[in-house]
Amino acid sequence: MLRYVYAHDLARFPRLADTMFRDRAEQFRTRLGWDVSVDARGWEQDDYDALDPLYVIWEAPDGTHGGSMRFLPTIGRTMVNDHFAHLTGGVRIESPLIWECTRFCISPRAEGPAARKAAAALVLGAGEMMARAALEHFVGVFDGRMERIYRLYGVEPDVIGAAGFGAERIGVGLWEMKPEAWPKILGRLGIDRATSLRWVAQSFGGAAAPAPELKSA
Amino acid sequence: MRREFETACEIVQAADDVGGLQRATESLRDGLGISHVVYHWVNSRGERFGAGTYSQSWVDHYLERDYLRMDPVIIGCLQRFDPVDWKELDWSSRAARTMLQEAVEFGVGPQGYSIPIRGPAGQFALFTTADGCDDTAWSRFIAENQRDLILTAHEFNRKALAFERDFDMPTPTLSPRELAAMTHIAKGLNRAQAAAEMDISEHTLRVYIEAARHKLGALNTTHAVARALSRGLIVV
Repeated sequence: MLRYVYAHDLARFPRLADTMFRDRAEQFRTRLGWDVSVDARGWEQDDYDALDPLYVIWEAPDGTHGGSMRFLPTIGRTMVNDHFAHLTGGVRIESPLIWECTRFCISPRAEGPAARKAAAALVLGAGEMMARAALEHFVGVFDGRMERIYRLYGVEPDVIGAAGFGAERIGVGLWEMKPEAWPKILGRLGIDRATSLRWVAQSFGGAAAPAPELKSA
Repeated sequence: MRREFETACEIVQAADDVGGLQRATESLRDGLGISHVVYHWVNSRGERFGAGTYSQSWVDHYLERDYLRMDPVIIGCLQRFDPVDWKELDWSSRAARTMLQEAVEFGVGPQGYSIPIRGPAGQFALFTTADGCDDTAWSRFIAENQRDLILTAHEFNRKALAFERDFDMPTPTLSPRELAAMTHIAKGLNRAQAAAEMDISEHTLRVYIEAARHKLGALNTTHAVARALSRGLIVV
């Protein structure tokens, strides 16, 4: 199932948080070779994790992290505006209708169909956030290695600007979820919109909302 | 963007004190035909301000009961940036249910939709609309107005931040790419043509226009073009 969790609430999901930050260490440091910091617990975290971002997390059937990404509003601090304005033609990408999406991570423990399902789930989660917050775009920074991952899962960004070549290429990209993409994504997960909205309600619905424990589809 | 929102945002942008924001909430309430519009914020020094249409008797009652300490709308919105329907908040405690019941007696709710805004340096704001209609009518109201409510909320916040800085707001300047995008649109090119002209994707063009719209405090592209023209930022 998909969970939408602010950083300050991650403590309520210790296993999910632990496996998410470890999977991020494996993906970003070990496999992609990024210069990221990993703490004594084996967690990869950066300054933006400290800004109480919203994580969209695909929880695998065993309760561990299957995939995740991180959202921050662009009217606050973002990676793109803090460090990559030279790639956007000097345009500061700031709007209530645009969130930044970073640390797109499919669990390195997931393979084949499970990994593809996690990717589809993250696309669905992004679409749900677009609907929930009236968003028009997501913006994010990526490198050449991430670009290959995005291509693998069919979620290539529309590139605003990039510099460098091959794996060292750094770019700023945009994503959106067009209405016609919904049936395809729901189909890949084998769920209907009602199920997806139930997951949204479970995360955002507060204690008063019914919280049945659904088996992930 | 409906005319009611444009009018409210114009009042906000012309405001030189909290009274101006107050008039904007009243204008929007009347224009939308709902019970309440409230904007309140905490500045970076931790000082509270508010403008809105709640009755003085409800505000007095709220303060007397010290509801600020347990109001699910406040508690539930402090640590988020996604908008929230009041139905999603935690009303499970007896105190919360009592508060909501009293609020309804004072003409507030039970329907509500609050848009939290995390500003710079710890500034925080909440823009709320509330009404007494049924669930179906409220869902329809939110679906129809969500985008305009969010943009309007941010216009209130832009002004609140200006108050905090003694109106020391730099005149918005557009970057060369934003200027180019706005100029093409002002000349009557459609988005595909403008994107082709600039050798960028249409998606990127839309983001440039959206960034310019936000900077100019405009409510849609047409409005943003008009502002850029009237301020002499672009010349056609």
